[in-house]
Amino acid sequence: MGTELDTLRRTLPMVGAEPAVLDDTRIAHVVGHGHRILSRRTVPGLRLDLEETQDAIVGKMVIEAGVTIAQPIHMCFGLAHPTGVQQIKINVKVEDGASARVLSHCLFPLAKAAEHRMQAVMELAAGASLTYTEGHYHGPHGGMQVLPHATIRIGKGARYFSDFSLLSGSVGQLDIDYLVEVEEEGLAELAAKIFAHKTDQIMLKEAVILRGERSRGLIKTRVVLEGQARAEITGVTEAHAKGARGHVDCMEIVQGQAHASAIPIVRVFHPEAKVTHEAAIGSVDKKELETLMARGLSPEQAVEMIVSGILR
Amino acid sequence: MPAPLLEIRNLTFEIGRQTILDRLDLTIDPHEIHALLGANGSGKTTLAYLLMGCDGYVPTAGTILFEGIDLFPLKMHERAQRGVTLAWQEPARFEGITVREYLTLGRQDRAPESALAQVGLAPDRYLHRRVDKSLSGGERHRIELASVLTMKPRLAILDEPAAGIDMLSINHIIQIIRTLKEAGGSIVLITHQEEVALIADRASQLCGGRIIFAGSPREVVDHFRGRICVRCDGAVCGY
Repeated sequence: MGTELDTLRRTLPMVGAEPAVLDDTRIAHVVGHGHRILSRRTVPGLRLDLEETQDAIVGKMVIEAGVTIAQPIHMCFGLAHPTGVQQIKINVKVEDGASARVLSHCLFPLAKAAEHRMQAVMELAAGASLTYTEGHYHGPHGGMQVLPHATIRIGKGARYFSDFSLLSGSVGQLDIDYLVEVEEEGLAELAAKIFAHKTDQIMLKEAVILRGERSRGLIKTRVVLEGQARAEITGVTEAHAKGARGHVDCMEIVQGQAHASAIPIVRVFHPEAKVTHEAAIGSVDKKELETLMARGLSPEQAVEMIVSGILR
Repeated sequence: MPAPLLEIRNLTFEIGRQTILDRLDLTIDPHEIHALLGANGSGKTTLAYLLMGCDGYVPTAGTILFEGIDLFPLKMHERAQRGVTLAWQEPARFEGITVREYLTLGRQDRAPESALAQVGLAPDRYLHRRVDKSLSGGERHRIELASVLTMKPRLAILDEPAAGIDMLSINHIIQIIRTLKEAGGSIVLITHQEEVALIADRASQLCGGRIIFAGSPREVVDHFRGRICVRCDGAVCGY
């Protein structure tokens, strides 16, 4: 167990986290390897009820009403071996007026034929706020299959921000499916940034359903593909109520033999609602490239700078 | 007489059957600000793109010598590394890239703070901003000029550097152009604004892809205003 925990700890910097966060008694965390929980700590106002079963880590996380968790909660899941399966089934509840930030680290540094499934249900009560930042590292081999599926319900006046990133190493196969329902004056902002190489395959589907009056939603996706990578990005926004506002913004940069598609779907069911979308797929913008070359960067340096900016 | 910094001879550029530049001759001396005036479509921006070597801009005929070296075999970044640069009329916007990164481009010898201050933008307010849609047109223009300043170019081609700049800030732009000259550079200054054109040492008027009149900035501005076109008599340039 110690070896596996050490491996996951050592991999944390790949997603921008410091291993020392797991030692800090002020910071809540859970570390799961396969279907075993290797380490956990909670803080006042946070209930973390997780258990190990044969085929999943199952449980719930509750941020109690009115509580603001000052430090981010670290959820570190992964596998320290080339093969294996991990399944997480988790319910997250952010009660009335509560606020928290979750940093979810999904680490599979040695994966050659491994699978990670996440089934999450998140509920944000009235006035609650949750920022969910999810960083993935799947190692260099491209042998990972990752299927995060989530249903997120955002209550009246609640705010939900998610930021998924997979920027180092290979992606493998990634199949994201998120459904977000937003009630009156609620806000959902979903961002995803992925850099895919070789034969990586990405399916990303995010749907924001604006059910309440003056609810707002934003889906922002940035994907860069090279080699023979493939991506299909679907952003769905539906507006059902007066004053609802939604926007879908997808940009995919395609290099080499890679293929990309973007499918923005917007549906409006109320005359005083509005949803807009923009999608751009192609090579690096010529004018941006030439501007940097006119300052002395080589074409390769210019592309690298433009891509690194897009994926921030 | 010093050798010219830039020597353009018989430069012709055609797209299909359309002649954009027609046997154009022009020289730029070291430390010279040279204003280019002309109606829309007269070939000013095309000339700028040919000088910089933008994609798709290969001359049909003629030569461009920069410090005696033929520019055509050189790619865009190689021209830049020799000291030639271009500030676009509508500068590009970059998602995610900060002003500091844009001005330094990874080089330690570029001073973004002073360049920003020279274009009238407070460094502490702008260095961490992104060079994206959040900047106004005027702010983006100034940052473009700041990026030229940090390069200390031998030849800066400025395409409408004062476009979108408010009246009160025009003097900043004029001062920047003078600073570029004081730093040892020459400037090809494409402009429609008289007060900007008048800071040049010399000026030329383009019409139909040729230089039809050259002289002092005042002479060329007056000539342009007088709508005297000896070559086409108004048929080509739309006078």
